[in-house]
Amino acid sequence: MKRYDLIIVGAGPAGLSAAIEAAKKGLKVIVFDENEKPGGQLFKQIHKFFGSKEHRAKIRGFVIGKQLLEEADAAGVKVELNATVIGLYQDKEVVVKKGDEIRHFKGDSVIIATGAAENMVTFPGWTLPGVIGAGAAQTMLNLHGILPGKKILMLGSGNVGLVVSFQLMQCGCDVVALVDAAPRVGGYGVHASKISRCGVPFYLSHTIVKAEGTDHVSGVTIAQVDDKFKFIPGTEKHFDVDTICMAVGLSPMSQLLKMAGCKMEDNPKRGGQVPICDEYGRTSLPGVLVAGDVSGIEEASSAMIEGRMAGLVAAEYLGFMEKDELDASLKELDDALMGLRQGMFAPSNRGKKIEKTEEGIDISSNLLKKGFVSDDEIERFPGVTHRVGVHPVMECTQNIPCNPCQDACKKGCISIGDNITSLPVVVNDAACINCGMCVASCSGQAIFLVDEDTGDGMATVTLPYEFLPLPEPGTKGKGLGRDGKAVCDAVVVSVKTSKAFDKTNLLTMKVPKEYAMKARFFKAEV
Amino acid sequence: MDTRISEHPILGKKENGKEISFFYDGKEMKGYEGEPIAAALKAAGVMVHRYTKKEHKPRGIFCAIGRCTDCVMVVDGVPNVRTCITPLKEGMDVRTQYGVSDKPFDDVN
Repeated sequence: MKRYDLIIVGAGPAGLSAAIEAAKKGLKVIVFDENEKPGGQLFKQIHKFFGSKEHRAKIRGFVIGKQLLEEADAAGVKVELNATVIGLYQDKEVVVKKGDEIRHFKGDSVIIATGAAENMVTFPGWTLPGVIGAGAAQTMLNLHGILPGKKILMLGSGNVGLVVSFQLMQCGCDVVALVDAAPRVGGYGVHASKISRCGVPFYLSHTIVKAEGTDHVSGVTIAQVDDKFKFIPGTEKHFDVDTICMAVGLSPMSQLLKMAGCKMEDNPKRGGQVPICDEYGRTSLPGVLVAGDVSGIEEASSAMIEGRMAGLVAAEYLGFMEKDELDASLKELDDALMGLRQGMFAPSNRGKKIEKTEEGIDISSNLLKKGFVSDDEIERFPGVTHRVGVHPVMECTQNIPCNPCQDACKKGCISIGDNITSLPVVVNDAACINCGMCVASCSGQAIFLVDEDTGDGMATVTLPYEFLPLPEPGTKGKGLGRDGKAVCDAVVVSVKTSKAFDKTNLLTMKVPKEYAMKARFFKAEV
Repeated sequence: MDTRISEHPILGKKENGKEISFFYDGKEMKGYEGEPIAAALKAAGVMVHRYTKKEHKPRGIFCAIGRCTDCVMVVDGVPNVRTCITPLKEGMDVRTQYGVSDKPFDDVN
């Protein structure tokens, strides 16, 4: 039986981060993963991440995946793929199935970083081909280059449902509706806004009555639900679709831990069956640690920090580093993790109805109910100001842990301050030079550059644009409002692309000046 | 609109493997070497991968990551092969699965 200082199960963001830290301390580390490729779900995540520099903010998920693999390689981490861990037994014996072969390994310490699996909901017709998980859609689009369908209904308004809806549209799919039984949008308002302004209607307090079709999905019926989640008769709506995507949450894949005899608990706030563990991933079994979604559903950014913590704890457990050195490292990582766990969507706020921002401003109720901030609500947020000439308009209206915009502006026009969740504020005496770096740096695509009066009765609006084909200058079309409805005529002035923008193109359109604060997307005439 | 994404706004142009032939229920089809069998079938418009044993209900891709087993088919004579994570190879014989065999039920097809 082969022995390792540390055996890690799962080569996703948590497992790889743990492996890198432990290997750097001199541990002999092996990572097993059942998939053909490492990286977990990172290679399917094509949006820019939130957070600050230390959390790799404004870098796209798949690029972070590449960075982690390079770091793991440099640190001498061995990653064994197509290797399914099927058992974790007494004294940290790990049983691995590869092809038809079963092998046994002994780990002096073990980190379980198996992540989570998608939940599903059932309704008549839910087993029909064409009803898929949102993760499946993401896998097909971003790994295999295949469209899961052409006309799609998304069930679930959490970040997965919102982000995958946008990804489907980036590939040319038509997302006909975003549906959630909950009365409020579950994910970040900025993610909701970017699909709303493209014209996706939100149906909150609605859910699926049935999927229609004989051999595959050909339509879907939804209906409104009351506060007890019962259908309200007469509210049914039908859509012709070929695909229904479900983004209804994730459950930790904690079976190995249960099998090993770790103390477990059923904790809905952490997503289901999870091991009882301390803040650094120590379970009830000495030398068996956890990191990432398996110990509570969060996201990749926090999984990477938890992984690093667990890797260091394993190193100290086996005597590869001193206790005081560990404590100092953990303190730093604690601060980084705390940064991510703040704001309106913090794990501690789950299930709470937040009415005001940290600044005391009323949260947009329209954003929570319909997916966009209404014209009469937007002016109350500190990122939205008026001045002569081009200036940034930051439609960032919820406290989320993210601050790349303030570093992006070299002229100091944008300030968030030390509190990472504060809403961005326009600094009045700084002069915007129309460079566009703020627009491209905003992971939520919530920053626009607006010149409210170009002197000819017109205004220009520069917006982030991540679709193909890129319109040529001079292209005529409509300016769409935050709700995705055409509000005025618009002409494309320019489309800027730059390596520094990292695939976020900057589309500038000319609109009548009374629409400077209303038009937020461009749709070409067909 | 093609089912294959030729150019993606973020990921750019997709680099496919070698184009190869395989067989779906005896019919010759094209796909790319190394892509999941399910991806090649989806690109060819195939939605139904199998029919369930008891109720003869159709199933297709559901999780696309090898977890749910909805997409299993009979591949080169072996039933219950997860097509979403099994790489496509030249000449592969992929068949719709009925229960656990490739023999159609009387009431389906």
